[in-house]
Formats: sequence, structure tokens, C-alpha cells
Amino acid sequence: MKPFILNVALAAIAMSCANGTASRAAWEPARPVEFIVPAGTGGGADQMARTIQGIVTKHNLMKQPLVVINKAGGAGGEGFLDVKTSSGNPHKIIITLSNLFTTPLATGIPFNWKDLTPVAMLALDEFVLWVNAEKPYSSVKDYVDAVKKAPSGSFKMGGTGSKQEDQIITVGIEKAIDTKFTYIPYKGGGEVAVQLVGNHVDSTVNNPIEAVAQWRGGKLRPLCVFDAQPMAYDEPIADGKAWKDIPTCKSQGLAMEYLMLRGIFMAPKATKDQVEYYVELFKKVRATPEWQEFMKSGAFNTTFLTGADYAKWVEAEEKRHQGLMKEAGFLSGN
Amino acid sequence: MTERSGSESGPAHKTLEIGIALLIGVFGLVVIFGSLKAGINWGAEGPRAGFFPFYIGVAIVGASAINLWSARRDGDGRLFAEWGQLRQVMSVVVPTAIYVGAMPFIGLYVASMVFIAWFMRWLGGYRWLTTIAVAVGMPVLTYLVFERWFLVPLPKGPFEEWLGL
Amino acid sequence: MEELANLFHGFAVALQPYNIMLMIIGITLGVIIGVLPGLGGANGVAILLPLTFSMPPTSAIIMLSCIYWGALFGGAITSILFNIPGEPWSVATTFDGYPMAQQGRPGEALTAAFTSSFVGALFAVIMITLVAPLVAGFALRFGPAEKFAVYFLAFCSFVGLSKEPPFKTIAAMMMGFALAAVGLDSITGQLRLTFGVTELLNGFDFLIAVIGLFGIGEILLTMEEGLAFRGGTATINLRVVLQTWRELPAYWMTSLRSCLIGCWMGVTPAGATPASFMSYGIAKRLARRGNNFGKGEIEGVIAPETAAHAAGTSALLPMLSLGVPGSPTAAVLLGGLLIWGLQPGPMLFVEQKEFVWGLIASMYLGNLAGLLVVLTCVPIFAAILRVPFGIIAPLILVLCAIGAYSVHNSTFDVMLMLVFGVLGYLLKKCNYPLAPLVLAIVLGDKAEEAFRQSLLGSQGSLGVFFSNGLVSTIMALGLVALFWSAIQEGYSRLRTAMA
Repeated sequence: MKPFILNVALAAIAMSCANGTASRAAWEPARPVEFIVPAGTGGGADQMARTIQGIVTKHNLMKQPLVVINKAGGAGGEGFLDVKTSSGNPHKIIITLSNLFTTPLATGIPFNWKDLTPVAMLALDEFVLWVNAEKPYSSVKDYVDAVKKAPSGSFKMGGTGSKQEDQIITVGIEKAIDTKFTYIPYKGGGEVAVQLVGNHVDSTVNNPIEAVAQWRGGKLRPLCVFDAQPMAYDEPIADGKAWKDIPTCKSQGLAMEYLMLRGIFMAPKATKDQVEYYVELFKKVRATPEWQEFMKSGAFNTTFLTGADYAKWVEAEEKRHQGLMKEAGFLSGN
Repeated sequence: MTERSGSESGPAHKTLEIGIALLIGVFGLVVIFGSLKAGINWGAEGPRAGFFPFYIGVAIVGASAINLWSARRDGDGRLFAEWGQLRQVMSVVVPTAIYVGAMPFIGLYVASMVFIAWFMRWLGGYRWLTTIAVAVGMPVLTYLVFERWFLVPLPKGPFEEWLGL
Repeated sequence: MEELANLFHGFAVALQPYNIMLMIIGITLGVIIGVLPGLGGANGVAILLPLTFSMPPTSAIIMLSCIYWGALFGGAITSILFNIPGEPWSVATTFDGYPMAQQGRPGEALTAAFTSSFVGALFAVIMITLVAPLVAGFALRFGPAEKFAVYFLAFCSFVGLSKEPPFKTIAAMMMGFALAAVGLDSITGQLRLTFGVTELLNGFDFLIAVIGLFGIGEILLTMEEGLAFRGGTATINLRVVLQTWRELPAYWMTSLRSCLIGCWMGVTPAGATPASFMSYGIAKRLARRGNNFGKGEIEGVIAPETAAHAAGTSALLPMLSLGVPGSPTAAVLLGGLLIWGLQPGPMLFVEQKEFVWGLIASMYLGNLAGLLVVLTCVPIFAAILRVPFGIIAPLILVLCAIGAYSVHNSTFDVMLMLVFGVLGYLLKKCNYPLAPLVLAIVLGDKAEEAFRQSLLGSQGSLGVFFSNGLVSTIMALGLVALFWSAIQEGYSRLRTAMA
């Protein structure tokens, strides 16, 4: 181990010398950059952050290390507050999921995305309506009929977390087809998918990556995707069907759309140079084959937005969440 | 460090027992209060957020009331500890509290150096050379293992900032 | 027999020199991670995950899972030497391991712990090799109600054991439950008991409480007695390993029972921590020298360590075959699989044979390598106790602070650790048992979550806990365990009445 430490120490010294000479051009990090994940280890956001860390390390995209730190407390509130209070610190970035909107609304934590500096939207995560493959319904119509026929509330919808994206979608479906589910919150997406395989719940709205293995294993069946158009990936997954072959929910008479933001923000008061540095960094990350492979495995929607476009998208999405959550009675103080 | 003070006096065990029982009771009351805010009834879909904590709080208050009662009856006049012993304990607690309290401001590394040096020099009675070797060596090793090797950042203060770490 | 052929192929993969090297690096890193409190297996694996990005998946998972074995081994070291569990599942190891070290038998305790860990893991791997598909199907039957029943059973088999006054036990246990409830309520998504304090959003982490109550509390007790850490006279040569090995076969019954408990808890998946507590509790009831538990009984080290390792190993089975992690570390490994483009699930065993069997073979080899590494280090570990208290105490305090900090990267937690330390000292002096408090912090919120999920599903009916054979059996076992002493007494009374 000793030589290893020594090497690292030497490398560190060499690196800091290199930095001294290189700091004439545009802004560059001078210290290790903390990459905050407002969720626990092993979840979707964590996976993405660690993939990015791996890509950055492997392709040597940064001179300073990128350090992933999980701050999951209070449905991610802890992580957001940490970045919010690090005003003017360019060595801290955060990856967000929908809890960027839902956590402050549901818990009343004093935080809003406008407290942060938007950097870039990396991708959007899709949601798919899944049922157990043993069940007779093979289309959205069969499913909706079955739900409507069952006594109100006897149909169980499993999802990740409470008053977060999965439950918001559930409420959206309830409104769209005028029925009532019993929503059961679990800790993680993988667990939700397995509960569906074990028939402990009747349907789920898992992300593709969480349920794809069970689909390929013939245990689950996708009914529709909550996006405006079908997913782009046409490689067959199971029974000759590809992600592309899953119809949109809207086209099947279930009017609900939902995509989850996987975006990057910085601490408040970041300069233009600093934001520019990270935008360039993520452009390089997106160009790597590893990233493309990762996007494909999770059937992500690869929309990339920066600057004003990104801020506008986030703003519109915040309004929508506010509306959806208000109708569902999820706002804090209710 | 092994010297004992000659006095045989100290706080009575009974006093401490009563104190602890009261402390736990107050904690129970805080829990009850917090649960009431979260809602303690049994909603249509099972218990609400404060349901379990409320009854836990009630159980804490109940149990500590019984403990309080039995502590008051306890009359064997045992000592909790001698003053000299407590002084020994406080000689660790107080510096550790200062160490922990200073950490957010001066960072973990500098605080640890001062703390280890203090402990070894005044409680352990080691020579300066040994003291400084351990007090400086351990934080440096920690830095290498955590920050460089495992990439786990630990709290840093103005000194590390100045060094550019 | 196809499995055996696959396994031998797996051995061939794992025995490539490159992979053997990774295995040894992984074990060593894992032991270091397990020893450093706070930098637990999950954190350690997560931190090192990106490093493995450029390796072939099979090599990467071999290294990462070896880190996991190493951390499982390493957690026991600080528990035994300093009463500081480096990992949640080694808390139960402190109950008898630390007293043994104090009596000058640290080498014996460490050898017993390491060997039991190995036995537990080996048992679990053999189970995985032979009955993987069968067991995976069993895990599917566990919905929320079944999970609650498992927690209930773990809890019941541990409580009712302490010799302390019953109301002090209740007070301590309820405090644990209350602390576990702080933070976000996972069912309603509502904050509770945080009183608007940002630092409390996280709730009270189990590790911080344990580092404080056990580790710091112990140092304060030692200061009060004005003594150094006892155990300085420990024999520090490798002969102790052989001596201990001669003793171990006598406890084969405890080992076997703990293996079964561990495998079952790992597959369900409840995890290694409840498994270790449950196994300790049951061993204490059934062992001939059960009354001596807590005073340095070797059986009290064997039981929790075997179960924890068996559970930790078998937790990988539901992860591979279903995609449900049985432990936080398994959750991170799962993330790793996805990053490398492998989808855990029913098809993994069919489509990625080389990967799966390479991993299983590395479980055999990794654990064997781990055992050899840690056993040869037993004298070194035991020798740490010879370092004078004046040097080792401040170093332990600093390591505890680092550990508490790195759990959530929060200096508030470090202060909390000290508060728990003083509390631990006072509670111990006033005869409050700490173990039920700790158990309640670990299991409290999980049990409540499962309970409320079940009620959501059953629309408020408590009948769900007796709705099928599986859940009823587990609940009934729990009730038997809870009233064990009463049942025993009733039985002996009945016998005297009959006679």
C-alpha cells in the first residue's frame, strides 16, 4: 500500500504545480469538486452521478478529482440546503431528480430551485406503466377496465417514496380515468418491481432501468409510457418487442405525461465562466461511448438543455408540480 | 494518570438516578409534543406519521415515572462516583467537547493535532518529541487515506485553505 | 451437474493472476474500510466503484465483492478491541468480544470471530451454488406483512434477555424507537420530530449512536477507573489461532443454527444486522452457559459473526436474481452491475454465466483469502491493545469523530456522537441496558414502515399479519420467542406438578 500512497501524494503535488501554471485561461476548478447526490447510495441519481465520476476519471476530463457525496436526509432536502448555503463556492455541483420540486413543496423546507445556478439538463427519465405478466390485461384499455371494475381503492399501486414522482403519476392516472388506487410507498425502485413480480401490488410506474430485467425475464409487462412520443430505442428487449414498441399512454386514452429531470445545478452566485466550464465538461461526458451505453440501458430521453432554455424548462415544470401537488393535497401544511 | 484523589466523597447514586429518569421523561414529553404536531390518529389507510411516536413517547414518560419512583425509594447511600473519578472523566469530556465544537471552524485536521497533543502531553505525560510525532503523523496519515486515497472530504478550515489543499 | 461444471469454469476465471491480485487488494481495502468506523462497506464500495469502471465487469465485481468480504471481516476488529463496532452488524459482537479482550483473550475472540465469519460465508455460498433458483423464488413471497413479521421475530428473540430492571429496559428501548422515528416519515412523506432543525432532517443514524454510546462511553468509563485498556498481557503469537480452533468444533450446533438464521435473513432480505442480533439472542437462550453471555463467552462471538457473514453473503443472491439488494452494500454493488451494462434479474444466470459463476467462485476464494489475511494479522491486531492508553485513547477519539462525520458529512453528527457518549456513560452507570436501545434504532423505522405498508395494502385490517401460512408462522415464532421464559417456567412447573 505504501508506494501507492506515495504515488498518489506525488501525483497530487505534480497536479497542484500544473494548476499553478495553467490558471491563466478560462476558469478551472482549483480543488476537488464535490458532486452532491440528494438521494441515497444505489438509487438512480446515485448511479448516474457515479457513472459520470467514472467517465470523468477514465477519460481524464478534469484535472481535479470529482467526489460524489450522498446527502439524502429529508427526501434530499439536506443536499439542496447544503448547496444553497455554499453560495459562491464553484467546487460544488448537485444532480437533481424530481425532488428538486417535490421536497420543498411537500415538507416546507426553505428551498427553491431559483436559489441555485442551473447548469445543464443531462437527460430525462421515462416512466412506464407495468403489470405482472400473469395478469390477463395486455393493453391499457383492459387494465383501465379492470381497475374500474374493482371496488374503489382495492387496486394497489406500488411506487418509490411518498408524495414524489411515482405518487404524483398515480394521482394523475386516478384523475385521468376517474378512479382510486391505494398507493404503497417503498424505499427503492428495484424493490417496487419485485413486489410487483411477487403480486404484492397490482401495478407500478417504474423507470425502465428498474424493471427491464423482470421484463426480459418474462415476469412483467409494460403497458404504456408516460411521454409525448414513444421511446427511441429499437433494439428488441423481450418477445421481439423494443422500448420503441411501447405506446404512449396518451395514445391509449390515458392522458398523463411525466418525465423526470436529471439535471445539474451549482451553488448560488456562480460566475459565467464557471457555469461554462461545467457545461463543456458535461458535453464531453455526453460524447463518450460509456454515457451512450448508459442512456441506452436505461432507455433515457436524451434531451440536453443549457442556459436560458434549461431555466425556462425548469420553471414550467415547477409550475406543473405545484399544480399537480396542490390538487393531490400533497402541499405541506395540509 | 492512575493517581486517585484521597477524598471519598462524591455525588450520590440516587441523585443521578433521579436526574436520568427526569431527563428521559422530558425527552418523552418532547416526543409526545412533536407527534401531536405530526398527527396521531389512525387515518383511513392506517396510522398517521405521529401515531407510533406518540405512544412511544407515552411509554417513555410512563417508564421513567416508574424509574423515578423506584430511584427515590432507593436509599443505600451509594456514591455514583468519587469527585476525583469524575474529574478524570471531565478531563476527557471537556477537551473533546472543545475539539468537536471547534471542528466546523478550524477543520478536523488542525483540531485533531491540538487535541492529540493536549491529551498525550497533559493526561499521558509523554515527551514533546513523541507527542508531536503522533499528533502530526496521525492527521497527515488520515489526510492521505481519506482525501487522497478514498476521496472522502473531511472538514477543513482556514489553515488548509491557506495551504491550498 | 451443469452447475458444477459452471462453477469450475468460474474458478478458472477467478484464478487468473490479474483477478487474484484484485482479490487480495480488495480484501485488504475492505479490512481497512471495515476497521475505520463510518467508512462502512456501502460507502467504501460506492467510493471505489468508479475506479473499477475501466476493468472488465467480472474482474470489477470480484474486486468490489472482495471489498465487501473484507469489510465484513474488518468490522469485528474494532468491536472486539475497543467496543466500537465499525459496521452495524458487529454491534452484537461487542457484547462478548470486548469482555474477552479485556480479560486478556483478544486473540481468541478475534480468531473465533474471523473463523465464524468464514464458516457463515462458506455455508451461504454453498447454498447459493446449489439452490439459487429455489431460494430466489422464496424471496418473492415476502411482501410488507412478511417483512414486518421477520423484524418482529428478530426483535422478540432479542428482548426479554436483559438482567436490568424491566422498566429501565423499556425506557431504553422506547428511546431507541423514538430516535429512529426522527426525520422524514417514509409513508406520508412528512417531516416529524425535527422541530424545524435542519440537521435533524437525517434523523439519528445508528452508527453515530453506536460510536457514541459504546465507543466514547467506554473510554469515559475507563477514565473513571483510571485504568489503561486491559488486555495488555495478551499472548501475541499465532499459536492462539490453533488453540482456539481446537475449541470451536464444540460449538457446531450454534454455528449451524446461526448459519441458517443468517441465510434466511439475507435472502428475505432483512439483512445482516437483524440476523446478528437474532442469532445472539437465540444462542443466549439455548446455550448451556447462556447465563454467562455478556461476560466474555466465546459462543457469544460465534453466533452473531456467523449469522452476519451468512446473511451478508446470501444477500447477494436476491440482488443477482431479482435485483433487490439485501443490504446497503449490495445496493451499491447493484448500481455497479447496471453501470457495467449487466441487468440483474432472472436472465442474469442464463445470459451472463461467466460473470455469475466467476462471482460465485470468487466468493469461495475471496473468503478463503480473507480468512488467511486476517488470521495472520491476529497477533498484530491484538498487539494494538499494548499501546498505552495515553496514546491510543486520543487516536480512538479522533477516529470516532472522523467516523461520525463521514456517515453523513456533517459536523453536527460529531457533536451528537459526544452527546451520545456522555449519555452512554451515564446510562451504563445507572444500569440502563444499551443493547435494546441500539436494536430499536436499527429496526425501529424499518419495522414501522413495513407495518404501515401492510396496513395500506389491507386497507387498515390487522388480519394481514395472519393472512397466510408464511406470515402466521413467523409471527407465531416471534410470540414464542417473546414469551420464551414464561413458557419455560410454565413447562417446568407443569413437570413438577406431574411428578
